[in-house]
Amino acid sequence: MEGRARLELMLTLIVVLLTFGVLYIAQGNMNSFYIRVLNLAAIYAILALSLNLILGFTGMFSLGHAGFMCIGSYVAAILTMSPASKEIIYFMEPIHPWLANVEWPIWPAILLGGIIAALFGFLIGFPALRLRDDYLAIATLGFAEIIRIVVTNVIPITNGALGLKNIPSVDSLLVYWGCAIITIFVLMRIINSSWGYAFKAIRDNEIAAQAMGINIFKHKLMSFTIGAFFAGIAGALMSFLITSIDPTMYRFTFTFQILLIVVLGGMGSLSGSVIAAVIFSIAMEVLRFVEQPMNLLGMEVPGIPGMRMVIFSLALLLIILFYRRGLMGTNEFNWSWVLNRLGIRSSHRVKRGEAN
Amino acid sequence: MAEILRTEQLSMEFGGLRAVADLDLTINEGEIIGLIGPNGAGKTTVFNVITGVYRPTTGRVIFAGQDITGWRPDQITAQGIARTFQNIRLFNTMSVLENVMIAKHVRLKATLSEAILGLPRYRKARQEHYQECLELLEKVQLDDVAFEQATSLPYGKQRRLEIARALATEPKLLLLDEPAAGMNPQESLELMEFVQRIRQEFDLTVFMIEHHMEVVMGVCQRIYVIDYGVNLAEGNPEEIQNNEKVIEAYLGAVDTNA
Repeated sequence: MEGRARLELMLTLIVVLLTFGVLYIAQGNMNSFYIRVLNLAAIYAILALSLNLILGFTGMFSLGHAGFMCIGSYVAAILTMSPASKEIIYFMEPIHPWLANVEWPIWPAILLGGIIAALFGFLIGFPALRLRDDYLAIATLGFAEIIRIVVTNVIPITNGALGLKNIPSVDSLLVYWGCAIITIFVLMRIINSSWGYAFKAIRDNEIAAQAMGINIFKHKLMSFTIGAFFAGIAGALMSFLITSIDPTMYRFTFTFQILLIVVLGGMGSLSGSVIAAVIFSIAMEVLRFVEQPMNLLGMEVPGIPGMRMVIFSLALLLIILFYRRGLMGTNEFNWSWVLNRLGIRSSHRVKRGEAN
Repeated sequence: MAEILRTEQLSMEFGGLRAVADLDLTINEGEIIGLIGPNGAGKTTVFNVITGVYRPTTGRVIFAGQDITGWRPDQITAQGIARTFQNIRLFNTMSVLENVMIAKHVRLKATLSEAILGLPRYRKARQEHYQECLELLEKVQLDDVAFEQATSLPYGKQRRLEIARALATEPKLLLLDEPAAGMNPQESLELMEFVQRIRQEFDLTVFMIEHHMEVVMGVCQRIYVIDYGVNLAEGNPEEIQNNEKVIEAYLGAVDTNA
């Protein structure tokens, strides 16, 4: 390995360690509200990353993300709730006997949430991925709504419209950001691997990719399933963050929030998705004041719920009009750029000579 | 000479339009064959049917003794037919080298999980492909631009990159769809030499659609002429040049009273 590459690897390791250090300190010193916002940012980051894999890297216009997240949420919640609270909550119809006494620790529940979401991604992708563009968007949107309706109606398993409460609460930054960092790592490895290039080839030119011997359907299904897996993980984390869930949370409007983050960060940029997710979740809190009653130039304006989304919609509009590539475009954060900016040049000009 | 590609009574209909009608082609190993015809004659459709982009309405495509009719394009590529496109179809966001490496993806002997974990088997396989592709780029004289964005290349080099990418799939038969389109005479000449050189070097059979008559007449051993999807004539360049039906198709009917 050349000196510069080693330096970059070391910098990456330092940043990762530093991140965990900061998270550890923040956990002890920040108030629970800030921690919650940061945890939410991690969840949004995972969602945006996984949607970006499908949309930004493979070029599939899928709007089914809320559905996969819903599955992950319910799987994790049902598996981890205590038998006692299940008995109290399922009063419309008693819970299915197989599930009544299950009480898993959180990690296997998160993992299974992802796996079941991936399974659904696979099953939905099988028919839906024969479509493309807007048709695919409509089909996936429809499937996501079907998931939500089914969840609302299989009362012995999901408790229907009443939702689930008393899900074990997890407020550790390390859990949420740990998952986010693993997601970033795995997706980075996928994107830079031969498979990642195959996905990008499909995005750039499907006919040419097929002429290069790539089985389009198989690769699309692969990307879609991986995306669904991480959406499921994010859903599971969401259950532990807000501890009470119901099907209306997972309407398609939620997918559009994630879509907004992806577009804001740049379709085809993992770092962009993470940055945009953090900006989005902090802005969501900062902008709360616009929903309060206000005194504007002597006029009393009553609080309007949902004003924040109006602001985000305007922001999206402006981005699409003037800055279509989003924050990062298809670029990734990389050390070479930083080091060059700092004036630390490598001893000899190297071609990027290593295969990924 | 052994036969490598044969079409039998190949027809392709789009609604009521018969783009290709009962076409019989035979291509032997090692030949350079031309396919010409007026605009809209169905030449590209023939390529699309052979490479599996379209499934023929009737008829069969036999490649190296195997009936490949109705196979998917990626399966046909794996079998050993590669192609270029009339309108250049490069992967715009990738470098020249990355464009070529896409062709190696299906040959990678490792799994996705090995790639995620960065295991040696994956890295070794990838590194091998990387070297192979660099060597290939050297052979087609694109190694100096290997790390440039594919779309930043001048037109002629983009065309050559498309051919390089097709070569990376390790084909036996190479289909070139108007490789000299938009080239000046000098560039066309270079392209002819290039095609002949790679045919030798990679032990290929070449089947090309081309409008530049100097190119077709210069490199092709045999030429098929089609019009309205029908096989009009077949023969060596000289025979084709003197074929009345061909002249008629290109220039209109000869008025004997004039």
